[in-house]
Amino acid sequence: MSVEAREARQPWILLSPALIAVVLLLIVPLLFIVVYSFWLRTATGADQVGFFLDNWQEALSDVFYRDILFGTLRVAAITTLVCGLMGYPAAFFIARSRGNRAILLLMLMLPFWISYIIRTMSWINILGVSGAFNSFLMAVGVIDEPIQMLYNQTTVILGLVHFLLPFMILNIYVSLDGIDTNLEDAANSLGATRWQSFLQVTLPLSLPGLAAGGLLCFVLGAGTYITPLVLGGPRDAMFANLVFEAIITQLNWPLGSALSLMLLVVLGALVLIYNRYLGMAQLMKGLG
Amino acid sequence: MTKKLDNTTRYERLRERYMNGDIDRRGFLGLIGAAGLAYGVQTPFAKYAHAAVDQVRFDGWGGVVSEAFRQYAFEPYTAESGIAVVDGTFGGGDEYLSRVKAGQPGEYNIAHLSGVFDYARYHGLGLSSELNEANIPNLQFVIPKLIEVFRGVSGGALSCVPYDYGTTGLAYNRKYISDERMQEMGANILLDESLKGKIAGWSDWRTRMWYASLQTDQDPNGATDVEACWDAVRTHRDLSLKYWGSGAELMSLLAEEEVYVTEGWSGRIYALQEQGHDIGYMDPPNGFGWQECLFVIKGSPMEPCEELLNFMLAPETSIAVAEGQNYPPALDPTKVDLGAKIPTLPAFDPTGTLEGLTFADPVYWNGHEAEWAKMFGRVQKGY
Repeated sequence: MSVEAREARQPWILLSPALIAVVLLLIVPLLFIVVYSFWLRTATGADQVGFFLDNWQEALSDVFYRDILFGTLRVAAITTLVCGLMGYPAAFFIARSRGNRAILLLMLMLPFWISYIIRTMSWINILGVSGAFNSFLMAVGVIDEPIQMLYNQTTVILGLVHFLLPFMILNIYVSLDGIDTNLEDAANSLGATRWQSFLQVTLPLSLPGLAAGGLLCFVLGAGTYITPLVLGGPRDAMFANLVFEAIITQLNWPLGSALSLMLLVVLGALVLIYNRYLGMAQLMKGLG
Repeated sequence: MTKKLDNTTRYERLRERYMNGDIDRRGFLGLIGAAGLAYGVQTPFAKYAHAAVDQVRFDGWGGVVSEAFRQYAFEPYTAESGIAVVDGTFGGGDEYLSRVKAGQPGEYNIAHLSGVFDYARYHGLGLSSELNEANIPNLQFVIPKLIEVFRGVSGGALSCVPYDYGTTGLAYNRKYISDERMQEMGANILLDESLKGKIAGWSDWRTRMWYASLQTDQDPNGATDVEACWDAVRTHRDLSLKYWGSGAELMSLLAEEEVYVTEGWSGRIYALQEQGHDIGYMDPPNGFGWQECLFVIKGSPMEPCEELLNFMLAPETSIAVAEGQNYPPALDPTKVDLGAKIPTLPAFDPTGTLEGLTFADPVYWNGHEAEWAKMFGRVQKGY
């Protein structure tokens, strides 16, 4: 075999374990889901094999699914916005701190050591009727009776922000860390105030990180089902909860497959748009 | 006589060929890699092919129920038989059915199913087995009525043994709702506007429709005005703080006083009362009665499963579990002395006839399952 042929083959050999994993664990299951979406659920709960468009017709034409999908995208968008507003100052502080940066980054990673479900449920002990916050307010005499704070859309967004904020901070931090601070000094020496140098130099240069964090928060937020289940009220279900119900409660795997593909297409389109205008490189840096 | 070639001998021969230069380095490593891959692929499935059974998987409702099973049944059974019991949990029969459907035959063995409708559903999906009742002599102590219902579904054979029964009644915080008010309101307490935001309910379509039937003065096993039922479900939804999805969540909502009234599982409410919470429990007329069974899933190792069922039905085990989980056992009180605590449990019937309880008709409920489960999914979300 020639040297050129061997060199051409080498990347594929090195990539093959990852490619095999992606094919077996992602592509093949996805194909199963595609096939399932064209089957039908019979009255007994068994699946009827065939090529039926009923599930797709229902998923695409029923206003119920459309409304929940829009509601889900709205909650994900609000969560992303809050994460951006809260995450940027934190990331800026970490990026500009000198001696304790490693400790701050470690603190940022600490929540990942605890299960996401436990973290979500912890809000019940904080915001519940007999939780820490109500107890404190009653102890200092601000309120006489506990306030009902849980089980609404606000607590769902709060839970999502709690879960997703570290992803946002990390992405912005990576972007800020890569900016040469001499640029800000140069802007200041040319007469810009600190605020102006931030607005006209630092912020524009860190936008790719903000966008990458935003994409991650939005996609993860739109696909969640635990948070609305634990912290939401009867009307706060998100699209992933519909998939869960179709598959688990109703044993309707074909409809659940069609719904999950619908969500995948919507979120996939968003990722494609992001990739078209900003590229995936920044996202990879943030994840790395 | 030929010697059986084991893996070690195979690897030694391969290595010898490599050392002798009969096979190049790439070929040697390739064969080792292929052998590793083959081992990795077959390992998860090999246990199903092995004849010797060293463990049985049991799935139940978790919480105090599973604790009772572990303490009073599984650990003594393992000590006596040497067969380990893998103890799994689920949040409901629907969720568990999905897991079984996605699993391999033999992966799931025994399930603590609720209601005859679950039994009928599993049987309808071809998941039932056929127990050899000769291996379960303790079946003689079980209330005959509980057994006959299951026989009727599966053509005379049994795929389960009845184990306990209970009710889904009304649980209320006595600090805020008096016993007299509960007696007066019955199931309609769940539609009381003055309690808005302090009401909850189980996110189970059957329970919702059962209580909606009671709230609209209809037979829970034969509602004729279904639209009126859905309206009642919607009214309850609008007054509710939350639908709960597990026994632990039910107990937390009541204990933390997040809600003052909800339906609840009799055993869980009894557990709350034992913990000192002032929670009342009431079965309204035609309240939701159910019986639970230990269902053996098709493809399971039958003899070890039957042995475990027989062990669990032994009066001393069954009574200990019942006292731990706070649900009356399926044992016939006219045949077995059930001790002091069990007669005090909610829903207990000292006659063993269970005439006072209304059970779900499997034909009626399973006939509406597809339509109503889907409809409730929508109503739950505001439609």
